[in-house]
Amino acid sequence: MGHEPVKFYQVGSFAVGNRLLDRDERTVQSDSGRSNSLTSGHRACQGCGEALGARYALDAAMRAAAGRLVAANATGCLEVFSTPYPETSWQIPWLHSLFGNAPAVATGMAAALKAKGRTDVRVVAQAGDGGTVDIGFGALSGMFERNDDVLFICYDNEAYMNTGVQRSGATPPAARTATTEAIGDEPGNVFGQGKNVPMLAVAHEIPYVATASVAELHDLERKVERAMGLRGARYIHILVPCPLGWQAASCDTVRLARLAAETGLFPLFEAEHGRVVDVRPIRKRVPVEDYLRPQGRYKHLFGEHGRPDLVAAIQEIADGNIERFGLLAEAVEAGAR
Amino acid sequence: MMHKPFAITLEVGSSLTNHTGSWRVERPVYVDRLPPCNDGCPAGENIQGWLYHAEEGDYEAAWRLLVKDNPLPAVCGRVCYHPCETACNRAELDEAVGIHAVERFLGDRALEAGYRTEPVLPPSGRRVLVVGSGPSGLSAAYHLARLGHEVTIHEAAHEAGGMMRYGIPKYRLPRDVLDAEIGRIVSLGVRIELGRRVTDVARARQEGGFDAVFIALGAQLSRRAYLPAADSARILDAVSFLRSAEGADPPSLGRRVVVYGGGNTAMDSARTAKRLGASDAVIVYRRTRDRMPAHESELEEALAEGITMSWLSTIERVEDGSVVIEKMTLDDTGFPQPTGEYETLGADTVVLALGQETDLSAVERLADVSVRDGGLEVGEDMMTGHPGIFAGGDMVPAERTVTVAIGHGKRAARSIDAYLRGERSTRPGRHELARYDRLNTWYYADAPKTVQPELETVRRASTFDEVVGGLDADNALFEARRCLSCGNCFECDNCFGVCPDNAVVKLGQGKRYAFDYDYCKGCGICVAECPCGAIVMEPEMI
Repeated sequence: MGHEPVKFYQVGSFAVGNRLLDRDERTVQSDSGRSNSLTSGHRACQGCGEALGARYALDAAMRAAAGRLVAANATGCLEVFSTPYPETSWQIPWLHSLFGNAPAVATGMAAALKAKGRTDVRVVAQAGDGGTVDIGFGALSGMFERNDDVLFICYDNEAYMNTGVQRSGATPPAARTATTEAIGDEPGNVFGQGKNVPMLAVAHEIPYVATASVAELHDLERKVERAMGLRGARYIHILVPCPLGWQAASCDTVRLARLAAETGLFPLFEAEHGRVVDVRPIRKRVPVEDYLRPQGRYKHLFGEHGRPDLVAAIQEIADGNIERFGLLAEAVEAGAR
Repeated sequence: MMHKPFAITLEVGSSLTNHTGSWRVERPVYVDRLPPCNDGCPAGENIQGWLYHAEEGDYEAAWRLLVKDNPLPAVCGRVCYHPCETACNRAELDEAVGIHAVERFLGDRALEAGYRTEPVLPPSGRRVLVVGSGPSGLSAAYHLARLGHEVTIHEAAHEAGGMMRYGIPKYRLPRDVLDAEIGRIVSLGVRIELGRRVTDVARARQEGGFDAVFIALGAQLSRRAYLPAADSARILDAVSFLRSAEGADPPSLGRRVVVYGGGNTAMDSARTAKRLGASDAVIVYRRTRDRMPAHESELEEALAEGITMSWLSTIERVEDGSVVIEKMTLDDTGFPQPTGEYETLGADTVVLALGQETDLSAVERLADVSVRDGGLEVGEDMMTGHPGIFAGGDMVPAERTVTVAIGHGKRAARSIDAYLRGERSTRPGRHELARYDRLNTWYYADAPKTVQPELETVRRASTFDEVVGGLDADNALFEARRCLSCGNCFECDNCFGVCPDNAVVKLGQGKRYAFDYDYCKGCGICVAECPCGAIVMEPEMI
């Protein structure tokens, strides 16, 4: 009888590090020599998902680019909390543009580097969901369409948080924001509107599109590394929970990001040249209620005057994603290590 | 010229000057908690600690940590009822970690590799007498020898081991394993004098010039019950029966054996009877399965071997070739009451396994010792009422298992050591228990389905059948890595990674982490995402 040695690593690749894994299988974040592209002292709120997501993504990009990385940054939380004059939290070359033109600025940076023959220096552009989905979308679409050599990263916290939590094109249905109050027959944001920018990016048939989450670090880093290994227009959309705007406990940031994926509301997938090529399967499926309840922005859906019909409608969205992306595939095995 | 990062041309102020720690109202603090396995181990093993080494495949380090508390891991890995596994938090996730199987693997590996232990302290010049070489006596002798004391064991039997040799059948504990582990204790410098029965502890102490005594005589007298019996009826008591089964000339039992009683000794007797050639072995017990004192695993194994059970039955009388049993019924208080209904069971031999008692004649002359529940009363430090005389194992009131006895021996050794130095031993404080609800189990890898059959083998191999053998290194590694490290940091880097403010400092391998309170905003993500619950939030003192 043949004998297969058993591979099992206690926390496997779920935790940030793992002393039982080979060094090259551990995350960039587990390395005390990581670049800390966004360093301490920034003024993001307690438990900010965006600060976490930005460090995760840029540290991985820094490693992939061997430290030769420049960034363009749209206006938004990320810019405001990281660079109040005369301080900066960035430990990479970093340029702030306007709210809507980060993709165009990054295009220019890439063109200039190309003209100078500096192909070793890589360009990333980053923005929140407002700067990506709404204000910067025209420039972004143009950057995609021209296939400029830029990795664009969107940190999606599902509203304009920095200016006081106003609805964006990425705000999910039923969520309360300052401009979609929880009043009337259809409390919170309306159903059936908004933009799915990851899928719009796929429709541009650019070399690489991925969604990621601050709850899946190994997956996020792998996607950044993959994107950095390619040239041309690439897009990564990272879900970054916002304790302030989501009215959630600051300690629940990672947990909420995890639940968003495990409910099916935020599918984690990769696409190349217009085709979805891989999905991160759901490991422990949970009903959307588990995700919605800890968030004050959905408070009106529960309790005595709750709206189970709207919870059911959100569940339908999750179920639709699970079916559309095949999130319950037997590929579960692959993640079990 | 100042060194600047690539492509930076202007001097900029860093946000590091902005100490965001001042925002904080609560601060995260690293803690250590008591894992339930350690809490449940009667021998006080640091199970989680030795599993940690085993997880890395460093089996020698694991074994060395193990034998700091328990000198008989190969024995315990086989015969312990593993309360550690009953307590294991992983049971709530899938199944408890097979701790005993790993322990047995480590114990066997140490025997194979010939690992030795050495005294920790130089010779003290003090002499201690240990009476009895069962698990408790051996454990005390081992720990005392490690602490530098000169130890002599007086053993009445012709071989050492006590109930491990004369009570536990070979199919559960092969004698070569027992001999090897005892041999390792002897090689520490412990003298075992066989065939030396101590009839008066005080005199033995005085004659030998011993500074202290540890008595661990065990409980070797079978409790008797009066049963009307025909002259030709063959009735044995379980202690003598198991003892004679160990000898070269086992008793002849006939075809049908009835065992009377519901404890582990009853199970051992019935299973031994089967192995000695009985075709029918029936256990007669007066109550129901859920009330029987035997461990569930022993009952399961007995049933699997074809032992049959006669619940709610008492033996009314023994006739030639049969027993008459009366059916019982439980009353409201759970006590069995006779029903007046009788049945006859064929029985060539009846074995009485109705409990054991201690022969306390050796301490009768000590005026200041007291007896409770048929056992010798001892304090928290295992000392009897007589200064310098300590006791443990089956002869003191406690659960009677090998591992409890080993724990007694260890505790007594520490107390004797303190006594010899003119001090009193105190038990170290215990951390708060690491409960399941404090874990973030998301992070633990699922035991993959592909290795499930392997896992089953692991568990099966650890039962009674020595023919199957123990774990191999792969299985042991797998099983060890199922440990959740409840309540104690195992350096997974989660806190270091998930902090949005980079306020966790990695101190290097084996040194864990520290918080940088200059920048920690107190969001609590590290607490929420620590897999093993080793961080807590505490209110900030103003």
